Amino acid sequence: MNPQSATPIIEISDVCIFFGEFQALKDVSLDINLGERTVICGPSGSGKSTLIRCINGLEMHDSGSIKVDGELLTSSRSSLRSVRSKAGMVFQQFNLFPHLTVLDNLTLGPIRSRGLSQKEARDIAMHYLERVRIPEQSSKYPRQLSGGQQQRVAIARSLCMEPKIMLFDEPTSALDPEMISEVLDVIVELANSGMTMICVTHEMGFARKVADKMVFMDFGEIVEMSPPKKFFENPNSERCQDFLQKILHH
Amino acid sequence: MSILRILGIAAVASALGGCSSNWGWYVVNPSTASGLSNLKFLLGGLYYTIALSVTAIAISITVGLLIALPGLAANRALRNVNRLYVELVRAVPILVLILWVYYGMPQMTGLSISVFWAGVIALALSDSAFEAEIFRAGIQSIDKGQYEAAHSVSLGYLDTMRFVILPQAIRRILPALGNQLAYMLKMSSLVSVIGMQELTRKANELVVTEYRPLEIYTILVLEYLVLILLVSAGVRWLERRLQSDQSR
Repeated sequence: MNPQSATPIIEISDVCIFFGEFQALKDVSLDINLGERTVICGPSGSGKSTLIRCINGLEMHDSGSIKVDGELLTSSRSSLRSVRSKAGMVFQQFNLFPHLTVLDNLTLGPIRSRGLSQKEARDIAMHYLERVRIPEQSSKYPRQLSGGQQQRVAIARSLCMEPKIMLFDEPTSALDPEMISEVLDVIVELANSGMTMICVTHEMGFARKVADKMVFMDFGEIVEMSPPKKFFENPNSERCQDFLQKILHH
Repeated sequence: MSILRILGIAAVASALGGCSSNWGWYVVNPSTASGLSNLKFLLGGLYYTIALSVTAIAISITVGLLIALPGLAANRALRNVNRLYVELVRAVPILVLILWVYYGMPQMTGLSISVFWAGVIALALSDSAFEAEIFRAGIQSIDKGQYEAAHSVSLGYLDTMRFVILPQAIRRILPALGNQLAYMLKMSSLVSVIGMQELTRKANELVVTEYRPLEIYTILVLEYLVLILLVSAGVRWLERRLQSDQSR
């Protein structure tokens, strides 16, 4: 850990989110340091996706506060834009733009919102396509790619915005088993390069390998938060023990 | 292909009809001088039929899109604006709207309006409500994840619509837009009542001088048929072109 990691790059304090009557997040507080790799897990409906989505304003919190790299997240357009340019998002369903080629998927954001020229955007796009190891697919359309390739394109699309933080919302849950590792490998590489990242996943082998911090959520609350060694070997809460038992022994 | 086949059937039918004593195709027989000039007179309406329809559809698609967007807003007042427009405009018969715009509106505004623009305004206005509903349906059919992906690469509302949502929505609503264009071509015939020199008006005028309604109106039917077959061939071509790079 380098010394600048002392100031959190993401500060979440007492965040609550309601969907109608249902409270999806209950007073959630979480600090993420620069360069830190956090894995969030928990049963479905525990609020883990909601939490990661509210970090770049895809869900708006009803109370509490979220600061990303010093920028207070509000529903104002400028705040959303600024926060989203700092935190890239990778979705479970990839959400590539089906009517655009891989290259155009990657350059749209940089050209329209970062104001880069065609050529600059293209160079960046090719750089990141190489990084996710599919530069040869740049002129194809998303439907011509496998699920694993599509998710790697989606990762490259986020990286083209040159964010400080990467958010992964169950990046491998929609993939066929044989494609999971090609996507996880890319994420591990990214983690090793020092990118700050938060990943919601059930891939515990991956979590053990990359996480600095494990977070377990249940019923909209953070129940357990500890380094991976402690988390996997000796979790404090019973709910977390139960959960780990269920997903590690099947 | 299909156009030629249908025209072939129509030609055979007319030829058969020509044998019977009820038909008098001489009025539009291009080998005689009067037949040729009658035919030219009829086809002279083509320009205004096309100009009316194309101008009106261009306006109605634009207005329709602008009316559809508030219909998709989270804000209830904006949605009501959309609702009110659609319900109100959709309830007025086109013919009534044409009369109202041409004869009524100048009284209200004090400005006289040309037959052509009265026709364009009435057709466009009436169609825009339908276009608005088509656009609303098309935009609503796009997955929420597309908006989220667009937002996550920092695109604003207009860029999201322009580069992500509308290109996909328009592909989906293309058949419906083709329908509206065909409908518009047919409805332009109503503008003949205020004196627009389009296909139907020309046919009416010729019938009055030649007294051969059967032949002249048959030609009129064929004129619309050809126009609409061309439109549908065009729309299908466009669909194929756009589909080649679309998923599914």
